[in-house]
Formats: sequence, structure tokens, C-alpha cells
Amino acid sequence: MIKIENLHIQLGGFDLHDINLHVAENDFFMLMGPSGAGKTILLEAIAGLVPVKSGRIKVAGQDITRLPPEKRGISIVYQDYALFPHLTVANNIRYGLRFQKIEKNERDQRLHQLLASLNLQHLANRSPETLSGGEQQRVAMARALIVKPRVLLLDEPLSALDPSLREEFRLLLKQLQQQTMATILMVTHDFAEALALGHRGAIINSGKIEQSGRMEELFQRPQSTMVANFVGMKNLFAVTISGEDAWVENLQIQLGHSRGDGQGFIAIRPEDIVLSTGQLQSSMRNCFQGRIKQVISQGFYYEVHVNVDTISFCALVTKGALLEMELGEGEDVYLFFKSTAIHTF
Amino acid sequence: MRHKDFFFWGTFACAVTVIAFITLPLVQMLAAPSLEVLVETILDKDVLNSIVLSLSAAALAALISFILGTPLAYLLARREFRGKRLVEGIIDLPIIIPHPVVGIAILSVTGRNHWFGQLLTDLGIRIMGSVTGIVTVMVFVAIPFYIKAAKEGFDAISPRLENVSRSLGASMFSTFFRITFPLAWRSMLAGIIMACARAISEFGAIVIVAYHPMIAPVMIYERFESYGLKYSQPVAVWLISICLILFLLLRILTSRQKKSA
Repeated sequence: MIKIENLHIQLGGFDLHDINLHVAENDFFMLMGPSGAGKTILLEAIAGLVPVKSGRIKVAGQDITRLPPEKRGISIVYQDYALFPHLTVANNIRYGLRFQKIEKNERDQRLHQLLASLNLQHLANRSPETLSGGEQQRVAMARALIVKPRVLLLDEPLSALDPSLREEFRLLLKQLQQQTMATILMVTHDFAEALALGHRGAIINSGKIEQSGRMEELFQRPQSTMVANFVGMKNLFAVTISGEDAWVENLQIQLGHSRGDGQGFIAIRPEDIVLSTGQLQSSMRNCFQGRIKQVISQGFYYEVHVNVDTISFCALVTKGALLEMELGEGEDVYLFFKSTAIHTF
Repeated sequence: MRHKDFFFWGTFACAVTVIAFITLPLVQMLAAPSLEVLVETILDKDVLNSIVLSLSAAALAALISFILGTPLAYLLARREFRGKRLVEGIIDLPIIIPHPVVGIAILSVTGRNHWFGQLLTDLGIRIMGSVTGIVTVMVFVAIPFYIKAAKEGFDAISPRLENVSRSLGASMFSTFFRITFPLAWRSMLAGIIMACARAISEFGAIVIVAYHPMIAPVMIYERFESYGLKYSQPVAVWLISICLILFLLLRILTSRQKKSA
């Protein structure tokens, strides 16, 4: 559906280069990366709102690189919603219709359908300034969808919402995606959010795509330290591999299979590390004794940092387990993980 | 506490001084002529003509500033380009140049010795001693004020609103008239009023380019020179009263529309 080939954008302080992406029809594609990576600029380039230095953007086989934004059929929803302050909610939503050849019946029908499905009927005559963040967001979505765009671009739609509204909006997004069958490209800096919503995605960092593919693949098989860090692989170590073992300094970690000798990285998700106050009868190959350096509350669970020699591991523990095992800073503890939980790259 | 008091009374004293400094001479001047003299003055054809000329020439200058200045203001608000600082500096020039110098500068390109002046003469356009000349000078001194106000208005509008509009199918023109203009017109109007006020107050440059036909400030000056303070005061009172009323009306008109919008 969307095909981006060798795109190069230079604008202000941003320099995006060698951007290659493929987004399939009806996909929910996640564009991820830290703040300032150039995600929004890339969205704007796809919408035709910023000039492109070289490369091509194709939608459904058609080269749109030089097409003005109004001829692309691509809607964009910004993080700050960008509602027109001088128009009512209904007129905001209706805005794009006048530029299309659509019959009046059809227009009214689309408007009412969107007002209903986004629960906005009671707000139709209000001014956008009087709406809450969640309401403004729904208006922005309706305004973007009413023209039935080929592609819908979402710029961090959840980041400006209260956490309680986020879950609700996530559901709504999924629902809308299924209803409209639009191809959605969404920008986010939150990997958990991306994982919950997207099918496929790409991680962008300092102007280039680090990795793209299915979400599970990005999550489980990061190909660089940047991606590993970004997807929340907290235990990331530079290692020397020999045979079936990886050495982090003087610590021997069993990989369970040989992978070719040499330098590399291993990563273990913190939720894959099990803590215990005593030795366990377990099939887990890797077992180390260490001392708890720090316990950090993360709300529903705790992040426990354990030092094994000079190497620091991070494990996630529920509050209940933490209390039961009486884990505290300075305590000795055993940590275990399966060799299959180790990701090497 | 004592320090605070001292600070407060210090600032208060300065504020009172400044306000008195501005209002006292104006109030004194407004109160000086008797009603009889005021009526007599406005019935004088020459006075009335000069005031009408001042107002209409200034309005025309503001209109020209609006037409020519709006695209430039928009460009300055939206685009970054090499030499933007220079362009902004050039736009500021009329504000800093001494007024008589403006008059002389305009005459030096529009005189018969200059190719441009020759061209104007061939086209039958006269700058020296004409309404055209008065309006030209007024545009010269007033347009920076309009451009600055309009640019500020455009700056305050997020380019994202225009981006969204275009992505929804609106051309650049439609976007400007449906989104940008409705959101910026208040700033643009403020700029027009400022430009108009600046144009009415111009004296130094106009007196060099066109002593006749006589605008109100020139007439005030002439009456002061030939007959003294007493004879110039009533004309001045009429000029500023009419201006104040006009601007006040515009303000009221626009603030009313704000409520209904």
C-alpha cells in the first residue's frame, strides 16, 4: 500500500536518510522511536507537508512524491489535535467534505455515522476550545476519517491523554481500524502502546530506520542495542561468545546452543528473570547468586536490581512476591533464567 | 516591609508622572478652544478639506499596505529563508529613518532626473505636490506597522491547522481563506488601524513632498507659523477627536463580532 524508497528529508535540524518502508494495505503500522528521532517529519513527508530531497513515496502503486497534499488522500491527526478553533465541532468534522464530490445525502450520512460511532452527537455545536482532551481527540479522528482517506497518519495520538482515557481510546482505535479498513500509520515513542495496537512496525533513530518488521519480532529479536533498549530489554550485555557459552566479563552464561564464536550482545527481558531466596530445583540453566542493589517501585510491580559480581541484572517482581520473599536492598538473592530467554545478536 | 513600600511608591510615582506627562498637554489642548471657535473652525472649508484629505489618504495608504503587505507578512511568518533577517531589517527602515529624510528620498527617485521619475511622468503620474505623493509617503511610513501586526497574527496560528486543512483536500488558497484569514483577521485589522494612525500623524515627509494639497498636520503647522498657537489649536482638536472616534468605533465593532463568533 505505502512504499517508501530511499527517502531523504533535510529540514531544519532533521536529516532523515535511507528511509525504506513498506506498509501493507489495511495494516496498523507503528513508527516508533525516541523523541526527536524525526518521526513526525516522516509523517509530514508522507502527507506531502514537508519537502523531500530525494527518494520516492508510493501509495497503491502511484508515485505521490511530487503530489500536493490535497491530492494525496492522506489524512493526518496531530498530537495536539489541531482542531480549527473558529469552527464548531460539526463544522470541523465536515470540513474536508466540501472539497470532494459527494452528494449531500452521503455527506450528512457520513457525519451522523461518525458523530454516533465516536459518541460526539451531544457536542456537535460546541466550540473545540470547550472540549476535554479525549473529546478533542475524537473530533480530530472524525474529521480525518470523514473523507475516507486511503491512509490515516496518527502522530502520537495517545500521549496527550490521561492514562484512564488511553485504554478507552486504544479500543476505539482498534475498532475504527476494523470498521474503516484504512491503512493506519501511527507514530509513538511508547513501545508498550505500539505492541498493544500494531501488527507491524519500524523503529527510527537519529534519522534512519533501525529495524522494521512484525511487532513480536521487534520485541523478541532486536537487531541492535538501540532497538533492544527501546523495546525494554533491560538486561543488555556485550559478550564474548565461545561454544555454547557467552561471557560477560568473568560471568559465564549458558546459551544452550552454539552460535558462532566472537563478540556480540545478549539481552534478557527483566520479566524472564526469576528471583529466589534459596536454590531452586529447576531446569533453568543459568543460576547466579547476587546482592540486591536497589528496589524501584513501578506501580503494580517492582524493578529489582541485582549485582552479580560487577554485573547488574534487572528483574521484575510483583508486590506480593517481593513481600513474601522479604526482598530488600542489601539482601542476598538467587536469580535464574532459561537459556531460551536469552536473545543474542 | 519598608523596602517593599519604598519599591511600591517608587513605581507608583513613576507611573503617575508618565500618565500625567502624556495626558496633561493633550487635555489642555482639547480644553483650550471654546465651543464657538470649534464650530467656526469646522465650518471653514479649508479646515474640513484638510481633515477629509488626511483621513481618506491615510485610509487608502492603509488599504494599500493591507493588499501589498499581507502576502509578505505571511511569507515572513511561515518560511525560513536565507536573508530573512535582512528583509525584516529593510521593513523596519521606515520606522527609524528621520521623516524629512523619507520625503527627500522619495523625491529623489520620483524626480525628473531619475529614470523612474521619468517613467512616472511619462505615465502621467505626479508625486510632487499631489494626493498620489501624499499617499505614497503614507504607505512608506505606515506599511511596516501593518506587516509587523499581521505577521504576529500569522505567527500565532499553528501551521498544523493549515497542514490538516490541506491534507483534507483544501488547496493553499482555500486553506488561506477558510482557516488562516478567519483566525488572523483581528490582527490584520489591528495592523490596519495602526498603519492608518501612523499615516495620519505623518508630517515631516509629507511637508517636503506635498505642501499642497494640504493635509491637516500641515495646516496645523501653517496656522501655527502664521497666526500662532490659538489658531492652530482648534484644527488639532478636530483632527484628533475625529481620529479617536473613528478608532473607537472600529474597536467596538470588532469586539462585538468577537462575542457573536
